[in-house]
Amino acid sequence: MIASPRHKVLPALDKLGVFIAIGLLATLGFAPLMVFRANRIVLGETVDIAQAMPPGPMVVLLASIGVAGVAALLKTSAMMRLIASLAAIAVLAWVVGVSASFLVEGADAVARASPASGFWLLFGIFALMATDALTRMDPKPSLRIGLVLLAGLALAAFLASGIWDDLSVMREYENRAGSFAREARRHLFLAFGSLFMAALAGIPLGILCHQVRAVRGPVLSVLNIMQTVPSIALFGLLIAPLSWLSTELPILRAIGVSGIGAAPAFIALFFYSLLPVVANTVTGLAGIPANVSEAATGMGMTERQRLFSVKLPLAFPVILTGIRIVLVQNIGLATIAALIGGGGFGVFVFQGVGQTAMDLVLLGALPTVTLAFAAAVIMDALVDIMRPSGVQKGSQ
Amino acid sequence: MGGSSGMTITTARLLRAVTLVVLLIFLFRPETFEPMLALLVANNAPAIYNQGSLLSLTISHLAIAIAATAAAALISVGFAILVTRDFGREFLPLSRSVANIGQTFPPVAVLALAVPIVGFGTKPTLIALFLYALLPIFENALTGLTGLAPTVREAARGVGMTGFQRLLRVELPLAFPVILTGIRLAFVISLGTATIGSTVAAPTLGEVIIAGLLSSNTAFVLQGGIIVAALAVLSYDGLTALERLTARRTGRVATAV
Repeated sequence: MIASPRHKVLPALDKLGVFIAIGLLATLGFAPLMVFRANRIVLGETVDIAQAMPPGPMVVLLASIGVAGVAALLKTSAMMRLIASLAAIAVLAWVVGVSASFLVEGADAVARASPASGFWLLFGIFALMATDALTRMDPKPSLRIGLVLLAGLALAAFLASGIWDDLSVMREYENRAGSFAREARRHLFLAFGSLFMAALAGIPLGILCHQVRAVRGPVLSVLNIMQTVPSIALFGLLIAPLSWLSTELPILRAIGVSGIGAAPAFIALFFYSLLPVVANTVTGLAGIPANVSEAATGMGMTERQRLFSVKLPLAFPVILTGIRIVLVQNIGLATIAALIGGGGFGVFVFQGVGQTAMDLVLLGALPTVTLAFAAAVIMDALVDIMRPSGVQKGSQ
Repeated sequence: MGGSSGMTITTARLLRAVTLVVLLIFLFRPETFEPMLALLVANNAPAIYNQGSLLSLTISHLAIAIAATAAAALISVGFAILVTRDFGREFLPLSRSVANIGQTFPPVAVLALAVPIVGFGTKPTLIALFLYALLPIFENALTGLTGLAPTVREAARGVGMTGFQRLLRVELPLAFPVILTGIRLAFVISLGTATIGSTVAAPTLGEVIIAGLLSSNTAFVLQGGIIVAALAVLSYDGLTALERLTARRTGRVATAV
C-alpha cells in the first residue's frame, strides 16, 4: 500500500503529451492567431487570440484546447486522444472563419484576414496528436480510407457552409472560381493521366525486363538517368521537339499538342513515372518464391498462364507500391507545369510568388498538399488490402 | 548509374571519368561547347548562359544541397538514435508517420509557403530540401540501428560497455554504411529539387533553366539540366563507392534501397 508513495502524488504523464502541452501553452502565449491586412499585398499586423474574436468563440476555443491538452497529457486511451484532437481541429477550423469575419467587419472591402503562425502551430500540434493516436490504434486499411473520406466530407461541409468566406484565401478563390475549376481539372489530368499511361507502358516493360535479363540493365539505367534530369529542365527540353512535331504533323496539332502547354508537362511526368513502375514490377516479379512458380509449372500451366494467373497477382502489391510513389510524386510535380504554361495548381502558386500575395500561393498550395496527402493515405491502404498475408513487403 | 549491370566495371569507370572531365571543361571553359549549343538557338541568341557564371552557380547549387542534406542527416540520425533507445522507443511509430507525412508535401508548395516566413532566396530552398531529405535518411538510419544482429549487441554488453559506448563504438559504426545509403538518396534528390529553388530566387542552376524557359532558349535549358544531371550521377557514383569502402571496413554488406 505504501510501496511507492511518490507515484501516487503525480498521475502518470504521457511523454508525447508533455511536449504537446508545452507546445500548446507556448503557442497560446507567444504566437499571434491571425493577421489583418489593409489589402491583399501589404504587410499585415498580427492579432492575438483575445483581440481576434468575440468572447463566445474564444471560450469554446480555449476550452477545446484545454480538453485536448489534458487528454494528451494524461495516459488516456488512443480513441479518446483521437476524438479530442479531431474535435479541437474542428473547433479551430470554425473559429478561424468566425475570427476572419470579426476582423474584416466594418473594414474596407479590400481588407484581408488570414490565419497566422499561432493558428498553424495549433493545427500542427493537434494533427501530430491525431497522427499519434492513429498510429497507436493501427486502424484497418478500410477504416483509414473511411477516415480520409470523412475528412473530405467535413472539408466540403466547411467550404459549403460559408463560414470561411471572409478568409483571405477564399476571397482569392472567389475572384478566380472559374479558373480554379479549370486548373484543378488540368492538375488532376496531368497527375492521373500521366500515371495511367506510365502504368500502361511500364508494367509490360517491367515484365519484359523480368523475362529478358539482357534488357533489364540498360532499361533501368536509362530510366535512372532520366530521373536525375531536374523536372523544370525536362519540361523545358520537350518544348522544342514538340513544337517541331506539331508543326510537322497536323494530327498532333488537331488534338491540342503544342510545344508550350500541357503536352510537354504530360510527357515529362510520364517519363518520371516510368522508373518506379518498371522497377517495382521487376522487384515484385523477382520476389516470388521459386517453389510457387514451380508448383504452377507442375500443375501444367503454360508460361502465359503462370504470368497472368500466378505471378502478376502475387507481384501486384509491390507494383501498386510503385504506383503510389508515382501518384504522390506526380501530384507534387504537376505544380511545375505552370512554369511552361501547362496549367495546374502551380499557376496560383507562381502567380502568388510573383505578386508576393501569399493567400494566392495558399490557393494553389493547399489543394496540392491535401490531394497528395489523401492520395498517399488511400494508396497505402490499398496496398495493405492487396497484400495477402505471407507475401513479402514491397520495396522501392 | 545504378548497378553497372550490363556493362563491365571498366566501361562504367571510363564513362564516369569522361562525364567528370566534360563537366569540368564545361564549367571552366564553357565557350568550348559554343559551336555545338549554337545549333539549338535562333536569331543569334547567346548559346552559353551569359547572365552569371555557370561555375559559381554550380558551386552555390552544390553548397545548398550539401548544407540541407547535412542538416537533415544530423537531425534524422539524432532522432533515429533517440527512438531506438529505451526511453524514446515509444516515439518510434509516430516519428515514422511524421517523416512519411513530411514526404508527401510537394517541394514547390513548401518553397512558396516558406517565402513569407523567411523571405526570398536561399532560405526557403534550404527548408524544402531539408524536409525532403529527412525521410530517406531517417528510414535508413532506423534500418541500420535496428538491424544489428542481437549477438553483436549482447557481445558488446558482455564486454562491459555502457549504453553510450555501445552506441558510439558498435552500433553507429556498423550502421554507418546503411545511413550513408540514405544520405546518398537524399543528396541526389536534393540536387534535382534545388533547381526549383530558383523560382524563389535561390542562386542555383535552376536560374539557367528558367532563363532559358523565359527566353525560349533551348541551349540554356539543356546546359542547366545536363550540369545538374551530371552532378547527380557523379555524386551517386561517388557516394556508392564511399559506401562500399565503409561497408568493407565494417565487414558488412551495404544494403541498397
